[in-house]
Amino acid sequence: MQIDLLPREKSTAGLNLLILLGSLLTGLLAVSVIFAINGVNPAAAIFAIFKGSFGSWYGIKETITKAIPLILIGSGLAMAYKAKFWNIGAESQLLVGAIFATWMGLTVGPHLPAVLLVPLMFVSAFIGGALWGIVPAVLKVRFGINEVITTLMLNYIAAEFVKYLVVGPWKGKTKGGYPYTDDLPAQAILKHIHYTRISPILLVLAVIAALILGWMVYRSRFGYEIRVIGENTHAARYAGINFFRTSVLLMAVSGGMAGLAGAGELMSIHHYLSYPETLSAGYGFTAIIVAWLARLNPAFTIVSGLFFAGIIVGGDAIQISMGMPAATVNVFNGMILIFLIMGDFFISHRVRIRFGSTVHA
Amino acid sequence: MLDIIVSVLTRTIIAGTPLLLATLGEILSERSGIQNLGVEGVMSVGAVTAFIVTFTTGNPWLGMLAAILIGMILSGIHGFVSISLRANQVVSGLAITMLGLGLSGLFGKPYIGRPLPNRMPRLNIHGLSDIPILGGLLFNHDWYVYLSVVIGIVIWFMLKHTSMGITLRSVGENPKAAESQGINVNRVKYFAVMAGGGLAGMAGAYLSTAYSGSWNEGITAGRGWIVIALTIFALWQPGGAFLGAYLFGGIFVLQYMLQPLGISPNLLSMLPYASTLLVLFIYGMSKSGQRRMNAPATLGEPYVRGER
Repeated sequence: MQIDLLPREKSTAGLNLLILLGSLLTGLLAVSVIFAINGVNPAAAIFAIFKGSFGSWYGIKETITKAIPLILIGSGLAMAYKAKFWNIGAESQLLVGAIFATWMGLTVGPHLPAVLLVPLMFVSAFIGGALWGIVPAVLKVRFGINEVITTLMLNYIAAEFVKYLVVGPWKGKTKGGYPYTDDLPAQAILKHIHYTRISPILLVLAVIAALILGWMVYRSRFGYEIRVIGENTHAARYAGINFFRTSVLLMAVSGGMAGLAGAGELMSIHHYLSYPETLSAGYGFTAIIVAWLARLNPAFTIVSGLFFAGIIVGGDAIQISMGMPAATVNVFNGMILIFLIMGDFFISHRVRIRFGSTVHA
Repeated sequence: MLDIIVSVLTRTIIAGTPLLLATLGEILSERSGIQNLGVEGVMSVGAVTAFIVTFTTGNPWLGMLAAILIGMILSGIHGFVSISLRANQVVSGLAITMLGLGLSGLFGKPYIGRPLPNRMPRLNIHGLSDIPILGGLLFNHDWYVYLSVVIGIVIWFMLKHTSMGITLRSVGENPKAAESQGINVNRVKYFAVMAGGGLAGMAGAYLSTAYSGSWNEGITAGRGWIVIALTIFALWQPGGAFLGAYLFGGIFVLQYMLQPLGISPNLLSMLPYASTLLVLFIYGMSKSGQRRMNAPATLGEPYVRGER
């Protein structure tokens, strides 16, 4: 028997979907094996996760709440990854966005009506995230410094800076001993749909932004440049694409989207700046898988964001119902991501198994 | 005053040891062209494995071996995905980190907060360990500290002076040329990635069975990411790994020492990350600096056999 791996010239949408579902199922199977080794009934645990997220109105409402930041961040990351710009700094771009929004809310906020303040805070959060995203773009294009390292280092720097702010200069006078800033003024708080934690403004913003980014990547001149850079650097230079301009713009959008997510969490859920882990809750990393599951199409993050939000919510549910640790969600995320990238291999290659003959064709 | 200096230096060596072990591992891996962002996860799994095995058998050496083995297996998955399936190394490494943190949290839950009956023993050479100042500083550590130094020297010698080292480097620099010399490129890469993972697992074992003597989620506390930075800081040289690991270990220690002086611990915590960026920036300022950095030429790129 001989196994040949041959490059696949063309792959259809149906095949892609099939491989995607296959990867997801194999990933779930691998998670089941882990659960079984750990002495947990895998069927019961996986059922409990999806029942916790999609099996009740409460679960669905929470899933949508957590999908919002994942869609915002994931669509920006998908765009960056399309150009093979490995932005793993969304976690800190979110934080810097939240810092900018908090500053705006606490300084000029009390003097402005909601119609002015809310957009102003969103814009400043976008600018904050964008600036924090542009740094690695400049360092990469002008100084040849690997963006994986710079975005990673900037994550820690921003997280420590947020801690410094909330225990130091920005520590709230009304918060007793806690490391929080004061509450944002009432007009900065986003209203929720009744009996949920979903802000309709944020939900619409996330969906529209993902669709716009999807349009940009596949239909605009800018998106064309992004895709050419991602597919072939040499061709991109030959085509006269301005690397510096495109990379900076790309990372401004990617970082800005994470910044928006930061403002959203701040204005809809928390209402004040607190410890970085509370604010970002790992969304910046989970969104990487969201982008990957969406096959780097920003518009598809609407679906993949909901899926992973469901796993987060279901993960919370099994902590309570089955006494499993919070880290269980990481097993899910890691396993599914591994099988997704394994699946990519079968999109670009086909496997031929021949029996008997070992003669090379 | 002398007491304080000796105490700081001693603790610097202790804090630098896990960084040194894992950085040496990442250097091996990256020299073969495979970047492994999974270090944080591999370390965490190594820590929990070593703890469980030591807790059950009472033997910290068995714990260390188990951690090395599991580190090799976990990074072997990264190897399979990025070498054989030629997938993106960044994403694969991140997946390994998530998986590793998840697995260690899941399997370590029953062991949280339990004290370890016996940790890795300390070296105690009669005479040497009793010398004032130097005895405490150099001759009274646990075995991991000395092992990490020996491993570092062996890796330095291997890379610099043996044909094995030349093979490893050539695979990372120019795999096509290496293959035309009859080297099995993928086998060398697997070896390097798994050896590197074994060292990351060992670094984790150090944290749970020597450094703290307990297991809790988040025991690695971002050390795995510092290791990724240190590898560059060290310019992929074992000598640089020693310098960087002890320097950053020292920063860890100083962070707590300087706090009473009114310097914000959070700003001090930024130092390892900010100084890595600074070093990269200084090298990046000039084209010749970029060359001197000497990153393995094919780092992060998948290798396809026989492709022209």
